[in-house]
Amino acid sequence: MIQNADRRMQIYGALLLLPAAVLLATFAYLPTVATLVNSLFLPGFRGEPATFVGLENYQLLIEDDTFWQVARNNLLYALGTIPTSIALALGMALLVNARLPGRGFVRMAYFTPTILPMIAAANIWMFFYAPQIGLFNALLGWLGLPGVNWLGDPGVALGSVIVMTVWKEAGFFMIFYLAALQSIPPELEEASNLEGTSRWSFFWRVTFPLLMPTTLFVLINALINAVRVVDHLFILTKGGPNNATNLLLYYVYENAFSFFDRTYAATITVVILLVLAVVATVKFTVLDRRTHYQ
Amino acid sequence: MRFLKPNVPMRFSLVAAGLLSAGQALAQTGDEPVELTMYYPVAVGGALTDVVDDLVEDFEAEHPDIDVEAIYAGNYDDTRVRAMSAIEAGDAPQLSVMFSIDLFDLIEQDAIVAFDDLVETEEEQAWLDSFYPGLMENGQLDGQTYGIPFQRSTIVLYWNKDAFEVAGLDPEQPPETWEEMAEMGAAVREASGGEQWGVMVPSTGYPYWMFQAFAFQNGHRLMSEDGTEVYFDDPAAVEALEYWVSLADEHAAMPDGTIEWGTLRQNFLEQSTAMIWHSTGNLTAVRNDADFDFGVAMLPMKTQRGSPTGGGNFYLFKDTTEEEQQAAMTFIRWMTSPERAAAWSIETGYMGVSPEAYETEALQRYVEEFPPAAVARDQLEHGTAELATYQGGRVRRALDNAVQAALTGQMTPEEALTQAQREADAALRRYAR
Repeated sequence: MIQNADRRMQIYGALLLLPAAVLLATFAYLPTVATLVNSLFLPGFRGEPATFVGLENYQLLIEDDTFWQVARNNLLYALGTIPTSIALALGMALLVNARLPGRGFVRMAYFTPTILPMIAAANIWMFFYAPQIGLFNALLGWLGLPGVNWLGDPGVALGSVIVMTVWKEAGFFMIFYLAALQSIPPELEEASNLEGTSRWSFFWRVTFPLLMPTTLFVLINALINAVRVVDHLFILTKGGPNNATNLLLYYVYENAFSFFDRTYAATITVVILLVLAVVATVKFTVLDRRTHYQ
Repeated sequence: MRFLKPNVPMRFSLVAAGLLSAGQALAQTGDEPVELTMYYPVAVGGALTDVVDDLVEDFEAEHPDIDVEAIYAGNYDDTRVRAMSAIEAGDAPQLSVMFSIDLFDLIEQDAIVAFDDLVETEEEQAWLDSFYPGLMENGQLDGQTYGIPFQRSTIVLYWNKDAFEVAGLDPEQPPETWEEMAEMGAAVREASGGEQWGVMVPSTGYPYWMFQAFAFQNGHRLMSEDGTEVYFDDPAAVEALEYWVSLADEHAAMPDGTIEWGTLRQNFLEQSTAMIWHSTGNLTAVRNDADFDFGVAMLPMKTQRGSPTGGGNFYLFKDTTEEEQQAAMTFIRWMTSPERAAAWSIETGYMGVSPEAYETEALQRYVEEFPPAAVARDQLEHGTAELATYQGGRVRRALDNAVQAALTGQMTPEEALTQAQREADAALRRYAR
């Protein structure tokens, strides 16, 4: 009798899991496996079927200078966008959480870039960056400084793309911090005021630790975005000049759809997946120990 | 950005090309209208989607038995992706306007059919032979025609007559040679006290295309006709790239670094440069927005004049019924008929694709009142096919990178082109015949 009820509970549980399991399998696990299998083939030459070549694509990848340059770009891009946009998001959240005149307006202003589609934002920024007619060089001109070819100089282009991304993302992350800040019980602040704690140490000892779950969440999201969002490259630089702003996913796109080399694109995708899985695991195991969930 | 066609024709056009009645009769087999899907790109400015929508509406009004769903799919690359994904998903469009240089890739993917296979009557054959031969180069392979010219262009030089006058140059005299262009550019730069650049040649978007013009003006063609070999590291090509780089380095007529294709028209309209090289497909947009006097000229020459052709062709796809293919043919013939081609050319600046288009009253009158409209056509006799090879994406990317590396000072022109040659050779190694 007890066994029977237990069994029924198990079936009940399994059924509850089923929809999610089906969706995940269809849209995440099956494509992953297919990608992995694809990466072991070479595309057919002139209509012939694809040929199995084992790890040859991975060998090519290791020897591909462009891949390494693109991977390096992506690392710099991640290092440039993630800490900056998180710090900025936290700062903005603290600011608009405090009492200040026109708070609603400031919040909206900070959030506006998030509402814009990436493509639209990139189109606007392209005209900010345009060397002769753009906003930034006009501002520099008023200060008497020479203009910069923001997207056309390989030394500057990646930085320009990073700045635009930070502008786009910080407002989004701010929303999470703002929500987290508002869920911190006000008693904590009252208590610390009674104790005479400075605002600085209150932030580091109380607020920041309590925000850790949010920080972890935002960190993972920012990392995913650093690899996942390349829409702006289509508008701003197309990966140029000379691959100076090419990122991994854009390189995957180029291989799959410009070069019709699906199997090589699959190979790069597998490598990206591996790296992301490792990084995410490390993040969860290391940071989770330091994170205090309430 | 999907533009669905309403099923009910809203405007009735009275222009009916008589030669179409044959195709119309062929297509009228069932009661249900034949439904066609077409992807098309827009690579230049202006509201070209409206122009295409209007043309399709007119067509549907004349041919109630054919429904055309024209879908704007982005630039040339986006359109290729959309069409290829649709084919892989088993939902192939019947026809599309795609990059003329996609030919080799489409053939390799076994996606398209030759028009020669569908042409039956003499009248149809006459239509197939009615286009400028220069525009057919990119659409033919091994004696078969796979691409029908539609939104085709060459590169032309736009110059600002007011700026020329201020710089003490003859405003009616565009540069004829490379030396003149460099000198005139430097003169403008100097006369403006550094406020205005002399010339801008775009080096993002389609750098290989611009480079092809320089190389061809220096008497050099960058690829073999069968699309299996390229000649990037030839001394004539190196010299061409050296000249391009020198416009910024030596003559200070052009800004350093790469120059953005997408904002270049705006640069010209805001007079931050006195000359630009750009697709003739921009002509009408420039004409509408320029508040200064400008002219359009053929590109300057080194040993000869020259510009690659560019732009999009109509393709017919496999895996469609014979009825659909005939209907698609009817549509393509209608779109490329002299009257349509003339209207399209006037609305956009793209070329009329056949000599007959320039003989229509509308286009003759237009050319008379606005002579720049004929420059692209006149330049066609100095035209060369756009860079098209097997593995086109990789080969073009190799050349694009080389051009950008040289212009940004990362490599010398010779180093850059040698590397591009090596990369292109690797990509093409399986194709040598």
